[in-house]
Parts: sequence; structure tokens; C-alpha cells
Amino acid sequence: LGLALYASSLFAASSAAFLYHDYCIIGAGPSGLQAAYFLQRASRDYVVFERSHAPGSFFALYPRHRKLISINKRYTGKSNSEFNLRHDWNSLLSHDRRLLFRRYSRDFFPDADTMVRYLEDFASLLKLRVQYNTAIVHVTLERDRQAWNGHYFLLTDQDRQNYKCSSLLVATGTWVPNVVNFPGSEYVEGYETVSINPEDFAGQTVLILGRGNSAFETAENILGVTNFIHMVSRSRVRLSWATHYVGDLRAINNGLLDTYQLKSLDGLLEGNLEDLAIVKDKKGKLHITLRFYLENRNTSAGIDSITLPQDELDNFATRAPYDRVIRCLGWKFDFSVYNSSLRMMPGKGDKKKYPQIKPSYESRGTRGLFVLGTASHSVDFRKSAGGFIHGFRYTTRAVHRLLENRHHGVPWPSTVYPITQLTNSIIKRVNEASGLYQMFSVLADIILLRENATAFEYLEEYPVGVLAELEMQTGKKGPNELFVILMEYGRNFSGADKDVFYYNRAVGEAQHAWQSNFLHPVIYFYKRLPTEREMRLRPPDWPLPRPDAIHHIVEDFLTDWTAPNAHILPLRRFLENCLSTDLRNFFAESCFLFAFTRQKLPPFCRQGYVRMQGLMGSEGLWRHAVEAGLLEDYTLTDFLGNRPPDSHEESQDQLLRDHVIPVRPLQHLVNAKDE
Amino acid sequence: MSAPKGRWVSSFSFLLLCASSILTRGRARLLQELSPQEYFSTLQAGRASLAYFSRNVSPGAQPFLEQIENSAEALQDYGISVVKVNCPKEDVSGYCGKENALRKAYLFRGNTLIREFPTDALFDVDSIVANVLFALLFNEVKYVETLADLQDIENALKGRSNMVFAYVPATGTAEHRAVMEAAFVYGTVHQFVLTTEATLLKDTSSDEPDVSSARLLFCHCQRATDLAQPCRRTAMGQALTLLNIHRHLKLMGAPLVTEVAEDPEKVSTVHLQLGLPLVFILSQKETYEADRRTAEFVAWQLLGKAGVALLSRDLVDLKVLLRSNVALKTPNEGVPIKYMVLEDTDDVVTLVEEKSKVAQIQEDEEEEEVEEEEKEDNNQDVQDDQVVEAVSRDKKRELPLEQILALTEDTFHSALLETAQTVVLFYASWEAVSLAVLRSYAEVADHLKGTRGVLLSRVNCWDWPGVCTNENVTQFPTIKIYEKGERSVMYNGMWGAEELISFIMLSRVSCPLKLATMDEAEGYLRGEFPSELSSYHHTSLLGVFSTATSEAREAFEEAGNILSGHVTMGMYVEDDALALSHKYAVSPPALLLARSGGQSVEGIALSKQSAQDMVQMIRYELLDVFPEITVQNLPRYLQLRKPFLILFSDGDIGQMESEEMLKLAKGRLQQGFVACWLNLKKTPVGRGILKTYFATMPSLPVLIWVNLHAGGQVFRFPSEQSITESNVLSWLEKLKAGLEIPSSTLSEEDWKPPLPAYDFLQMMETAVPDLPLHTSHSHGDTPARRPPKSPGGDTAVQEEPSQETEAEKVGSPVRDLRGTAPRLATRDKQGKRHSEL
Repeated sequence: LGLALYASSLFAASSAAFLYHDYCIIGAGPSGLQAAYFLQRASRDYVVFERSHAPGSFFALYPRHRKLISINKRYTGKSNSEFNLRHDWNSLLSHDRRLLFRRYSRDFFPDADTMVRYLEDFASLLKLRVQYNTAIVHVTLERDRQAWNGHYFLLTDQDRQNYKCSSLLVATGTWVPNVVNFPGSEYVEGYETVSINPEDFAGQTVLILGRGNSAFETAENILGVTNFIHMVSRSRVRLSWATHYVGDLRAINNGLLDTYQLKSLDGLLEGNLEDLAIVKDKKGKLHITLRFYLENRNTSAGIDSITLPQDELDNFATRAPYDRVIRCLGWKFDFSVYNSSLRMMPGKGDKKKYPQIKPSYESRGTRGLFVLGTASHSVDFRKSAGGFIHGFRYTTRAVHRLLENRHHGVPWPSTVYPITQLTNSIIKRVNEASGLYQMFSVLADIILLRENATAFEYLEEYPVGVLAELEMQTGKKGPNELFVILMEYGRNFSGADKDVFYYNRAVGEAQHAWQSNFLHPVIYFYKRLPTEREMRLRPPDWPLPRPDAIHHIVEDFLTDWTAPNAHILPLRRFLENCLSTDLRNFFAESCFLFAFTRQKLPPFCRQGYVRMQGLMGSEGLWRHAVEAGLLEDYTLTDFLGNRPPDSHEESQDQLLRDHVIPVRPLQHLVNAKDE
Repeated sequence: MSAPKGRWVSSFSFLLLCASSILTRGRARLLQELSPQEYFSTLQAGRASLAYFSRNVSPGAQPFLEQIENSAEALQDYGISVVKVNCPKEDVSGYCGKENALRKAYLFRGNTLIREFPTDALFDVDSIVANVLFALLFNEVKYVETLADLQDIENALKGRSNMVFAYVPATGTAEHRAVMEAAFVYGTVHQFVLTTEATLLKDTSSDEPDVSSARLLFCHCQRATDLAQPCRRTAMGQALTLLNIHRHLKLMGAPLVTEVAEDPEKVSTVHLQLGLPLVFILSQKETYEADRRTAEFVAWQLLGKAGVALLSRDLVDLKVLLRSNVALKTPNEGVPIKYMVLEDTDDVVTLVEEKSKVAQIQEDEEEEEVEEEEKEDNNQDVQDDQVVEAVSRDKKRELPLEQILALTEDTFHSALLETAQTVVLFYASWEAVSLAVLRSYAEVADHLKGTRGVLLSRVNCWDWPGVCTNENVTQFPTIKIYEKGERSVMYNGMWGAEELISFIMLSRVSCPLKLATMDEAEGYLRGEFPSELSSYHHTSLLGVFSTATSEAREAFEEAGNILSGHVTMGMYVEDDALALSHKYAVSPPALLLARSGGQSVEGIALSKQSAQDMVQMIRYELLDVFPEITVQNLPRYLQLRKPFLILFSDGDIGQMESEEMLKLAKGRLQQGFVACWLNLKKTPVGRGILKTYFATMPSLPVLIWVNLHAGGQVFRFPSEQSITESNVLSWLEKLKAGLEIPSSTLSEEDWKPPLPAYDFLQMMETAVPDLPLHTSHSHGDTPARRPPKSPGGDTAVQEEPSQETEAEKVGSPVRDLRGTAPRLATRDKQGKRHSEL
């Protein structure tokens, strides 16, 4: 390390010794390749460093039992490619239709080797610039006012080759196994090395430390051949179908819960691992005791002198000796390669396995350093999908868009529509957009109103956490009024203690949509952009501060929000009331009538009919509209004009007819007008 | 039965308002039961009481007892207590001992007996109240039997006070009661006269009255000076209920003519408060006396129907035409005062009567609406978008889409290469406007069936978003025409079958079409060449260029590109012969315009114009001089942003009018307006326009001047004048000089949201008061209101394990088959309008 530091200071003066790139990406895993793809499409100068000889080295080893728990839904009954990505958790984003995961595997839960193969193809088919066999062992900064961020990133690899980059994208994931140290932890086998052959566990009693997916995956594998399995962890098991968080225990791995709850065969225990101690007896059996007992004992004494909990408490739960103890405690980010000047700090509490980053995915410590992929999960840990391929493929795209704007003056992509398309554009997105769906409450579509609300600009999948910085981050002019569209679960619906199957869990009526529990679209309306202070002080569990108005589209069993009355109509009313206008559609005939009888026209007529794009409609539709009472049929009306001119019986028309005999002329009044 | 009863209750409560201030009473038990001793010892001087004596309740008296009990409350409002006196068995003294006493009711004032009523005269509450009040108000309500009696009373009243004369077919009826109740309040102000004699009614009415229904006349005797003449009478038009009588008397009591010297918008009179219009007679100093007489004359005519006010224009700065002499203010709030020029007093009366009829209809409708609304607590969830509703009503019908090829991501590009011309409709299967267009598109496909070289296809962007994005389709619907995979044209015309067919057909011919020979050019002008367009009636444009004029030619070609599909444009490049230019007396570069099959060819010189200018010029030249306005072509004329002079005609217009109008229109360049006509047979919605302008249909044809773009004033050409160029021109002169009164003015109203949205923010705040929504934002404008419990408001947020019971309790609307979790046995019906699954 000292050498590397020396080297960097030595070579700082003559930067020719550095290989320079605008963008350096560390790690050719899914997020690194995803970032590389976007940089490549934008023709940026970038390179990906990968310590292994191939991409996705994590997947070459993990999961140990080779079954991915990310779903590969090949059939959805829909051909909409964007929608289908909602149920494709493995594909990365690209324009190449060959690179869809369903073309790689027929399995609903594919094999990890397929992922490795997929990532190899992704890198090679798209000709991504990946430098393999390059392990970045040190990263430091070089101050330079000319640099994009006031400094360059200096990277050193295992061969002491140096690289200089303007922007650093860290896509290394979390790969350092979490280890707990306690007396006897030397007897513990790690998930990363434990045998995956069930035969090796035949007739054994096993203790597993941890209660995550890797722990259950390990248990699932050996469940059939062991005597019994106990699992111990600090916190309770959290089931992902109850919490809506894909990082919690997935149903595919939870066979142990069955045997535990049905037959008390296997079991789950809660306890602090730090208080544990493991003692090995002469037969090689492992006994669980408490660190407390060990501290008090005579160090010279043998195993027999160690107090075991069952000595005092003869029904102690884990009194039976174990043949093996396996550690399945997950992984953490590798902080070791970063020089302290980068201030890569671990997060707080349960986020300590991730580096601290802002909602824009930029490091809190260093400008220009962005964390992508699994390592960026601190933004939405235990909430959304940012730690998983199906989520971070979108956040990576968002980071790329932020970078394009910041360094290349390319504003956030957007489309400008006439206001008549407002309802449609929202309905289209909430029905098909995958980014909004996967990264619920994290990525949001933004609608900026333009030109006195006669037009609007639509921005897709903006990180909602940096809404206050919208102008700076997107290069878009700050609007007065804006809508923010995101997807949310009902607050308080999901959680470890909650029964998510209770009766009446679903809302059907649009007027109660705000109580929807399942993932549904929510639209926030602001009269002006929220400030950073407002963002900071937003209510807990709210992705955004209090809006000026809010709309929930009622949850739907089919996640199909296109019902005209239950979904679209209430949305239109909401938008109309926010904008104080009438957003209904009208047939050309109605616009014609309005053109002659009103000084102002509704937007649909103004932007359509008047511009010679009126909706003529067919005979059948016209009739339906008349039957609905929404259009008047003037052909049927029996007016006086149709009668022979000498039928005078209708007195009500007298006033408007030609007068015959003035009864009592208002002579003076008539005269008065001429004076 | 329920409706009149309801009205009765409301009138009763109304009277309470008037009467309760006069009467103070302790509201004890309504029907008292006392012994004879108790009863007679508690009688107070001046207080009336209705008593009946009872020994054991005899079965026959039971209904009577019930009725009298029911009337106790009504009578109490008039300070009359109702007492049941229980006669002890042994007591045969006094009333208890009287023969038949038990079949009678006795009315006492203090301890004086006023009247005895046989129980059969007191058959229901109305009869009890009517008869009791009738007995008590002996002086206030005179009963007459002959005309002479009536005249005596009338004469005695002349110059002193007014008389209310009521005829009821029988006493003891609801009408009788209403009259008596009114007399109780107004008896000291007006003399009430009652009769049941049908002959008397006939003698007092000019027409043949219906003797079976009650009638009330207000006789203005106070003003009467001539003893020989009967007092002026104003009959009450409505049914005899207490409320109506009260209203009528109020109106009669109001001043005949109110003199006003302030902004009429601010004026309010009894009439307006009672929902009647107020007519202003606009007056000036010079004509004040005459105007006052007119106003009084009108007021007498309108008595009971509208108020009349005399407004001095000298005192108020009115921003209306000097010619206006009458103004009408309706009780509806927000409706501006309408100023008019009326020629005789009858007009004023008719006007008011018209109004009241319309108002009556509206009121009825409103009542229905209110009932409707009561049934459905809100109508936010009722579809009010005509397109969406029409499409959803049509959704069960299978569309004939066989002629239209459905393209996918895989077939899109190959399909474009197969046919010379591929028309693609990009749509979204959930979007109403797209689906409406798809229906017209099916008609187009049917019409073009068998046309070679044209393929009609569609892409559902909901299924294939990638295709739509690649083709730059950002909104639905979009129609593009692809020419053998080369270039594509976006359709930008009306979304109608006819327009689309014409566009597709015109697009098949290159624009401009290069004409090689003189014959072709001539044939083109006649509309015979190219043959595929001969069946489409259109105006042909031919650009004539010399070989030298390349600049104008390029501009012309570019203009052709822009106008492709909308216009047929030909181009002829002359060699040295210049034959065409000679024939039509133009010098190239020039434009020849052949309207309606080459019968007339106009020549227009082309100067150095840009393509855009040329497009503008061509569009302008293609407009008709005196067009028939239709739904389809209006936008083209709207773009001129000029006032419209429009002749509404039921069917074709007459020869004479047509010629005169054409003469007018020919000078349109100078005059700056669009002269046009509208055929109500072809464009029936024109009736809707006339209805808005005039409330009722005027006689046709009618010539209207409407300035759509500035001010929105509508003028109607005087119907007594014939439509000739000179008449119209001089009328237009007057219009411009501001000498004409607009018939109406187009509403300036903005297009606001038709209905409110669900206020989820407020629902959340009321349901979850702890939600720290307010602390976090600086512009908190709505303080938290926290009603105890909002309906269905707390299932999701406060739920703990007891969600189910909570939800049941609130009766929340979540148990149908919608949403995300079906409950297959729906017990109670919740949805009203949406079809349940």
C-alpha cells in the first residue's frame, strides 16, 4: 500500500504514466456492465476493470447452490416488452432483443451459471470495453481545478499499473463475507466454502448462523438428510411476501419453516451471535454455550470444566450438540481499497455493509464518485429493489442520465406533449413502465408543466430523493407546477408482524383509492418544486414532502389501470382540478358548437379541432354519446322553424317572431334611444 | 300523497317562523288529559282551548280522538290548547252530563264557549285547524254568500285597505285551512273574505273558472279611488297553500314600481328574493313621467310574476347602448343582466313569461337532479366524457377489422416493403380517442377494400411500444403513410373516415404531379387526369413555370410536399411555346386554379415566395368565397380569425339570397369577414347554435353576424328586411357604428373542471391525524380538520390485527370483486354504476 501511495505521488506530476479515461467503472458485474452499456451508447470514454477473467465473478461462485431466486417469467400474456421487464428480474437493459434472459433459460428460477453466461454475452455482444484480470487495489484522489469534479481519481491495479479517471463508478457489489467473532468461531464453516453435497451432511445435526436467503438456501439443500437443523440469528425471520421486500426470505427457500412449524423438527432461534460461544468436545461435537460462561472459567481447565447453559437450565433449547455450524451471514462492501481522502464511510445501523451515498447515488464523501448496483442499496435498503438487478438496472440508467447532464450538457431525456395528452401519458406509463414498478417509491416520473399549462414535459424515472435538485440535475427549466408519479404500497400494509391476507385487504372503489395496499400508482402535485429543507423534513415513510394535492389510482388485481371509470376518470378529475381546466375529449360536432357559442374552447377542441384534427367519430359512437346524454341530437328536435309559417298557436315564440300589432307602443322609449 | 304533505310541512314550518315570535308558550304535553274540575279551573282569560269530554273511550270516537290528538300540535302553534276531559263515571253534571256531549268538541276562549263542533265536522287535521281558526277569526275573516255582500265589503274598504278574497269549494279542506292560517297572520293587515259559493266565483272572474278548485284574489282596494269601479284584482296563479299565499301577499305588498338610482347589478327586491325576475325600465330625465307611466302599466301586467323597477340613466353610469330601454335581471346568481331594446309593453310581458316558463322547466329539472343526487351521493364517478362513454358503450361490439392488418414488432418493417403505400394507425387499445378513430378507420378500410397498392394496417402501441417509439409516435392516435419503406407522411387532418379516404387517395399521386404534355395539363385542370383522382371532387392547382424559373419551382415543389394529401397540385414546365400561359393569360411562374371540374380557371401570378408563404397562399386560395359551413370545414375558416356573417337555412338557401350573399362575399377582402351559410338539414347542430343565441328557434332563414374572436357579440339581421346586399351592408354599417343591440353575447367562461376530484389529502389527514404532514412544510394552507370518523376512513392506516372487524364496522366498500384481492362471495351490493366484475 505504501508503495502504491508513493507511486501515485511520484507519477502525479507526469500524468503520461497514467492511462486516462473519463469514466472508470470498477467491477464487471451486472451493474458495471449496465453502466458500461449506457456509456458506450453515449460514445463516452470509459473502461471497466474486472479482477476476474470474465464478467460476473460473484455469480461464478454464488449462490453456492446455484439457483438464482430472481424470477425469469417467460410468459405474461402480454407482448409489451417494457411491461414484461416487470417480471424479468435478470435481464439488463439494452436495445438488443437477443439479450433478454428468457432466451437464456427456461427456468423460472434460473441457474447461476446461466447468469454468468448471460453477462459474458452482454459484454461481448455489445462490445463493452472491459479490462479483465485487473484488480483495483487502491484508489486515491489528485486535486486539480481543471478536473470535472475538482480532482481526478487515481486507480492502481495489482500490477501497480495506474489509471486516471474524471469520474469513478463503483460497481463492486458487496462481496466480503460477514464474519462474527466469538469464542469457538474457528469451528464455524463459511457459506462460501461449505460443502454443497447433501451426502456430506447425512445423519448430522447442523446449526446455521443467519436467517437470510443464503442460510435458508443452505438449509433447503440438506433438509432431507440431516437429523435436524437449527438456525440462529439476532432478528426474526422476515418473509418477503409479507414485507414486499425481495431481499427478505423468499418462499422458494423456506422449506425449513414447514418442518419447524409442522413437526418441530427443525427450528429457528433468536439470539445475539456475539454472545455465543462454541465448544468442541472430545468426540468432535460442537456445544453451544455463552461467552459469559467462558469468560469466567479457568483457562487452563479442559472442556469438561466449561459451564454449558443446560447445566443450569436443563431444558435449554440448543442443548443438543451439533456436528457442524455453518455461517451464512451475507456480505459487505469492500471499503479497503479507498484512500481515506475519499471518505468512503460505512452506513449507519443495518446499512453498515454499504457505503454512504446520497439519493443521487453519489458518494457523500467524494464528488464524482458514484456507487452503482448492490452496493448502492443503502438508498432503499429493505424498501425497494435497488440492491437487485431488476432494480439497479434502472438506477444505473438514472445515474448515467445525471452524468450526461452534469458533464456533457445533455439534459435529461424528455418529451413535450400538448396538455390533452396528460391523462394518457400517465396511464401509459403506470401500466407499462418497469422502472417505476421495480423501483417503487425511489424512481419517479416527473411532469413539468409548460406554457401556461397548455403543454407539459415528461421526464422518466428520476431519483425522487433529489427532487429538490431537479433543475440542476436534469438541465430542465424549473417549473412552477409539477406532477410526480410513482408507485407505492399502502403504508403500514406490509411488515413482519402483519397479516397480509386479512379480509378486505383490497380496495375496489376509486374513492377509497388512498387506502390501497398493493402496489399502485400515486401522483403528487406541487405548485412549485419542493425545497431541500422540505425534502429533509418530509414525514417518515413518505418518499416526498406534503404535496398540494395527491391522487391514488386504486390498486388493481391485474395491475391493469386502464378501466375508464375506475382508473382513468378519477385521474382526469384530479388533473383537471390541479390545472383548473377541463380535460375531456369532445367530438368535432361539440367543438363546432362551442366554437360558435363560447368565446373560449376546451383544450381538446383548441389543440385538435381548431387545428383541423377534430374527432369526427362514427355514426355508432355518435348515437352512443346521444344515448348517454352527453351529446344532443338536434335532428329530432321539433322547432317552430319546421312548421308552416302561418301557424301562430305557440305563444312562446311570439316574442321572437315578427311583430304584427304593437299593443301599446313604448313610443317614448323608442324615441329616447335616438337622442 | 307524500308530496303535498311534504309541501304542507314546509309551509307549516314557514308559518312557524312568522308566528312563533308572536306566540310564546310552554311546550308541555300536546294533548292534556284533565278532569272536569281541573280543566275549568285552569282556563285562562283570552286563551283558547278545544276540549272534548270522554267517559270510557267509546270505540266510535277512536278515529276522532286520533285526529284531534294529531291536530294538537298544529293548534298549539296558534296558542290553542287541546284538552281531553275525563269525566268520572259518577259525574253527570255540567258538560259531562250533557246529552251528546261526548260526541262534540267545544271551543272555549277563556271560560266562554265559542262554538261546539260535532265530531263529524272534525274529520282530519285540516278540518280541525280550519274550523277552529274559522271560529276564532270571526272578525278577521268575513264569510259571504252573495255578490252584494262582497261588494259591500269591497266598497267599505276602498281607499282604506286591501282585501283578500278566497273561494274554497268546501270548508274544512286543506285550502280552507291554508286561507285561515294566512288570515291568522295577515288578518289585521288585509280584510279576508271567504266564500264557498261557486256563483260568487263566477261573478268575480272574467273567464270561466273551475269551481272545483280553490282560488284566491288580491283586491287592491286601498288604491281604489273610484267607488263605481270594482277594485283591481290580482289572482294568485299557484295552488292554495300557506306558502304560496304568503308569497303572493308579500308580492302584493311590495311597491308597484321601485325607483332605482344605483347599479342594477346591486339592486335586490322582494321579487328577486322570492325567485322572480326584475324588469328595469331604463329612463331618462326627459321622458321620466312617461316612462313612469309605462313602468306602472307594465307592473300591473306583471304583478305576481315579476318586479318592475324604474332606473334613471342620468343617475347611473350604464355601459350599455343608448338604445336599450329595458333590462332583465334574473334571480339566478351569476347571470348577468340582459339589456334589450323592446318595442312595446307586450314584449316585456312576453319576455317575462318566457323566462318563467324556462325557469319552471329548469326548476323541475333541478328538482329531479337533486333527487338524483340524493340517490347517488355523488356523481364524480359518472363518466362525463362523451368520447370515453361512447367508446365504452360500444366495446361489446366486435369491430370489423379483417381488412386491417395488425402489425407487430416482427412484421412491421417487412409489411412496409410489400405495398406501395402502407397506412399505419398507431393507437392504444385502452385509449378512447384511438378507439374512436379505429372505428372510422374500419370504415376507411371497408371503403378502400380492393384498392390496389394500398395496405391499411394498425399497430397497438400498448402491445408493441418499441415500434411506436422507433416510429416517433408520442401520442395516440397517429396515422402515418409509408411509401414503400422510403418516406412517411404523418396524417394531420380530421379524424374522420371521409377525410382520411381523401387523404389516402390524394397521397397516392405525387404532389406536385409533374405534367409532361399540354394535353395532360388540360386534362388535369378539367379534373380528368390523373384518372385515379377523377372520382374525387376537388379543386386542382396547377403551377406553370418556364424552364428558367427554378426558384419559384423549388418553392412550389416544397409546398407540394407539405400539402401532400390535402391538395392536388400539378406542375407544368413550359418550353418556349408558352401555350398554357397564353391560353389563361398568365405569365409564368403562375398558378392556375380550377374550381369544380375546370369550369372556371383563375390565374394567379407567383412572385418570389418562400415555400411557407406559398403554402399559406394556396390554403387561402382554396377557401370558398361563400362556403357552406360544416363541422368539417369550419376550422379552415376559423383560422382567418374574422367575424362570421352566417346565414342559417333549413335546407338549401334560396336563389335570391344566395346571389345577394355571394355579391356580399365577393367584396370580402375589403370587408374582412367570412360570409357563409349553414344548412341545418346537413348540420343539425346549427340548431344548437341558434338555441344558444336566441333561447328559442327564430324563423328561418336567419342572418347572423357573430364576432367569434373579439367580444363574441351576436347580431341578428332584422327579419322584416329582405336579405339584399345593400340592406345587409347598411345593417353592417350600423353594427360597426354601435347602433345595433346584440341579441346575445357568447359566454366568456373558462373551461373549468366539470366536477371536483377526490380529496385524498384531506381524507388522509382526517383519518390519520397523527400523520406529521403539516410540520414538514412551510406553506400549510389547510388546517387539519378532524371529524370523529370518516366513512371508511381508517381501515388501512390504523389497522392492527383487528383490521377485519374494523372494516366490517365501517362498512367499507372493499368487498366487491375489484381491486387486488377478490372476495368471491359478495354479500352486499356496493357498486352502483360500475358493472361488478
